[in-house]
Amino acid sequence: MSDILIPTEEALAEVPPPTRGGGTLRYVLTKIGGGLLSFALVVVLGFLLFRALPGDVVQTMVRGRPATAEMIANLKREYGLDLPLWQQFVNYIGDLLHGDLGTSYVYRVPVLQKIEERFWPTVLLVGVSTLISVALGLWIGTRSGWRRGNRFDRISTGVALTLWSTPTFWLGMLLMAATTGLFPTAGIVYSDTPPDFLSQALDIAHHMVLPTITLVAVTYAQYQLVMRSSLIEEMDADYLTTARAKGLRDDEVRRKHAVPNALLPTVTLVFLHLGFVIAGAISVETVFSWPGLGRLTYDALRVGDLPLLQGTFLVLAGAVIFMNVLADLLYRVLDPRVRAS
Amino acid sequence: MIIVRSRLLALGVTLMASALVTAPVAVPASASTAAEAASGQEGKILRIGVTREVDTLNPFMSITLMGTSILRYQFEFLTTYSQGTMTPEGALAESWETSDDKLTWTYHVRKDMKWSDGEPVTAKDAAWTFQKMLDDEVARTANGSYVQQWESVTATDDYTLEIKTKVPQATMDALDIPIVPEHVWSKVSDISATPEFPMVGNGPYYITEFKEAQFTKMKANKNYWRGAPKVDEVHFVYYSNSDAAVSALQSGDVDLINPLTPTQYDALQGEPDIELNNAQNRRFNELLINPGAATNDGTPIGNGNPALKDIKLRQAIAQAIDTKTLVDKVWGGYATEAAGYIPPMFKDFAWQPSGDEVRKFDLDAANKALDDAGYKKGPDGIRLDKQGKPLNLRLLAHAERDVDENASPFIKGWLKDIGIEVTIEPKSDNQVNEETTRGEYDLAISGWSANPDPDYVLSLQTCASRPNADGTGATPDSFLCNEEYDDLYAKQLSEFDRTKRIDIVKEMQALLYDQATLVIFGYDNGLEAFRKDKFEGFPQQPTGNGVIMFQQSYWGLLGATPAGEGPVPVYDGSEGTASGEDTTEAAGEDSSNTGLILGIVGGVIVVVLVVGLLVARGRRKTADDRE
Repeated sequence: MSDILIPTEEALAEVPPPTRGGGTLRYVLTKIGGGLLSFALVVVLGFLLFRALPGDVVQTMVRGRPATAEMIANLKREYGLDLPLWQQFVNYIGDLLHGDLGTSYVYRVPVLQKIEERFWPTVLLVGVSTLISVALGLWIGTRSGWRRGNRFDRISTGVALTLWSTPTFWLGMLLMAATTGLFPTAGIVYSDTPPDFLSQALDIAHHMVLPTITLVAVTYAQYQLVMRSSLIEEMDADYLTTARAKGLRDDEVRRKHAVPNALLPTVTLVFLHLGFVIAGAISVETVFSWPGLGRLTYDALRVGDLPLLQGTFLVLAGAVIFMNVLADLLYRVLDPRVRAS
Repeated sequence: MIIVRSRLLALGVTLMASALVTAPVAVPASASTAAEAASGQEGKILRIGVTREVDTLNPFMSITLMGTSILRYQFEFLTTYSQGTMTPEGALAESWETSDDKLTWTYHVRKDMKWSDGEPVTAKDAAWTFQKMLDDEVARTANGSYVQQWESVTATDDYTLEIKTKVPQATMDALDIPIVPEHVWSKVSDISATPEFPMVGNGPYYITEFKEAQFTKMKANKNYWRGAPKVDEVHFVYYSNSDAAVSALQSGDVDLINPLTPTQYDALQGEPDIELNNAQNRRFNELLINPGAATNDGTPIGNGNPALKDIKLRQAIAQAIDTKTLVDKVWGGYATEAAGYIPPMFKDFAWQPSGDEVRKFDLDAANKALDDAGYKKGPDGIRLDKQGKPLNLRLLAHAERDVDENASPFIKGWLKDIGIEVTIEPKSDNQVNEETTRGEYDLAISGWSANPDPDYVLSLQTCASRPNADGTGATPDSFLCNEEYDDLYAKQLSEFDRTKRIDIVKEMQALLYDQATLVIFGYDNGLEAFRKDKFEGFPQQPTGNGVIMFQQSYWGLLGATPAGEGPVPVYDGSEGTASGEDTTEAAGEDSSNTGLILGIVGGVIVVVLVVGLLVARGRRKTADDRE
């Protein structure tokens, strides 16, 4: 976790010296500019990275089928793979500037359409799971941190650590086996569910149960542990003693003073994780055949579907960068100290 | 629940709001496209759990096994393969004949056929489809190899189709090309685009809905010329996790699944409502032995061990491979022991060594042959090649495939027994493909799916299938380049008498066996299972011991028989005569060794649990100390 936090801390250290008025704008512009620069690097990297993959894409695609040399040459020309690398790159950038991510080699549809299809299932599943994870993690973390060492703390921390260390694939399979027949084991809807909104929504909810439980179980621990430890750090702070001395009830001390201060590292963590939400959870998506982005990326990687790989790479990396910038900006709002420094 | 006010609350509200914004968008997205299948509620539905993904359902573009298999139910080809012996028999064409110069083929199209929208099927539809492929290279993407040697296509009248070829071609009665309705496709502007659903077809079922990575739905074609199927709908439901598909079969969410791993197959044994099918299949597995790779103009390439150019050494290696043990240990018995190059399920073309040809597994004999050939053993028991260097061979294996992983150690062990050291090199599929194509291997594990017509797999061993200088342009397999074999290959391709052609193909297999540039070590069986409480059964191809899914035709699903509506039909009135061509799909093998993984993971979990508890305890202690 600490390695995730470091960039933000560095970012905080880089905060320009306070020049009243222009400071905020400059801060915001610096952050956004940095984000854009990172994204540009991602574009270049994505192009080069996937071209370093072993295996000739066209050869892989036609393997096992009667393919004439003419057909192979045609495919290469169609994909623009017969051009020199620099020209492929120029074409790629040109198309990208027009918002064209190319056409998937395998699925024969525009990459953008493919990503769009897979985007919402992922956001739905991982978004809901993250929401539950965060709520659960913060709640348990606060309770266990506040009464550190008591039975609740010991048990909940033990359980959280165990679940966190559990392989997603295994837990998913286990849940599936344990609940045979109760919940669907694959996909997002049954193929024969009536098309009206209510039936579809209920069926989707039904399909989401197992993947969501799996995803929550393996992720909530990190929020809980960060919340717990940052609350423990605040425990001995003088302002809490003051608050108690003022005669506030224990409950109020926690709610009004300790938790808001302890929340900051957790918020950072949440936002950084939101970036990865888009990347989905490949293992959960695979175990439960969830038609999400994570699996799309994995499948594209296996066949070497270059345009699709580049497209998903951009979206995944873009989401992380975007959330990072957002976290940086939000931190300034949430923590007065950042503004003042 | 905790009531943390101010910022936490605000955060929560924001997150909630964003979830609420996204959720409704996601729901209608799936709801609206499902609208079409509104009526599919009542009626008999056959749900098939599949673990292979559809690429596209465009008949001109689809190349994956799943896509082309679904399209087989959608569109009738000129001919199909009989249920019993897989000989070509009439489908869209009722009969056909060749001119005396063997260059003109005349097909007589069935008169009683209708498209699923009620329009009549005519020879013009076929002519339009083929002409489109001749004119437009994009339309040749999937099946271009069939029309490569064609001169012209004409519909001389509504029910007669004439195809002229540039050279005599024996495989013209086995063209696996979906024939599309002209009245629909002539209006399509982008031939490579995803077609509209429901898709007008003339096969036993037609596609009504396709949700990529989720399911494909087909409806029975009531106009089907052989008579409408007994089920009303077929749903192919996609599972990215084959164990989930098995679990869905057990709970009744799906009715039929293919493929199963041997472990899954065993686990389903004894389930009262489930019927298992252990079927002969069309894939063969081989060990390639690099005989000195070269490009198609004869320039040597790659870095194969030169010692393997010696046929004696290759034959000794072949003799040291025990197919019986591999079938038992690698496939748990769910495979067929090796014989010839063409898998035994293709009864006509299959060959097996007999008499003097037989090279039985015999380590002593292999050792003796190597001694006689002058491969002396060094001090460490490893034989030396003619230059006096120890024989150390690399074995290239697919890291992601169970067969490769399990067979390699056996091969290594046997070769060690005959004094050859083997280093196993597991690599990704792409790397294996690339390195075998460049000839950068000594031994490599490979395999292909054969077709009712053997032409394609036979062509893999010709000189012409070796790559261009830049390592592209063809798909080499064993890098054999043998004049006699190439002559036989050309001969079988222009031999129109099926019996004679079969003889030539068998002769070619004998030659391959003798040359030992590849050693066949087994044919995987197709393992499938279905709910017998819901379905009486399905026609198998070949009848009796063949597969239900992924047939070289549509019999399995055409004859799907719901429980109580038996008996299962048999479509075995062989009408056809001659030979057939091909459509091989690289079978995307599912390497699921879940049992093993579960075992290991279970162990890991116990350790993790203990460590987790210890850490938690430790934390408590330090916390206590601090206090």
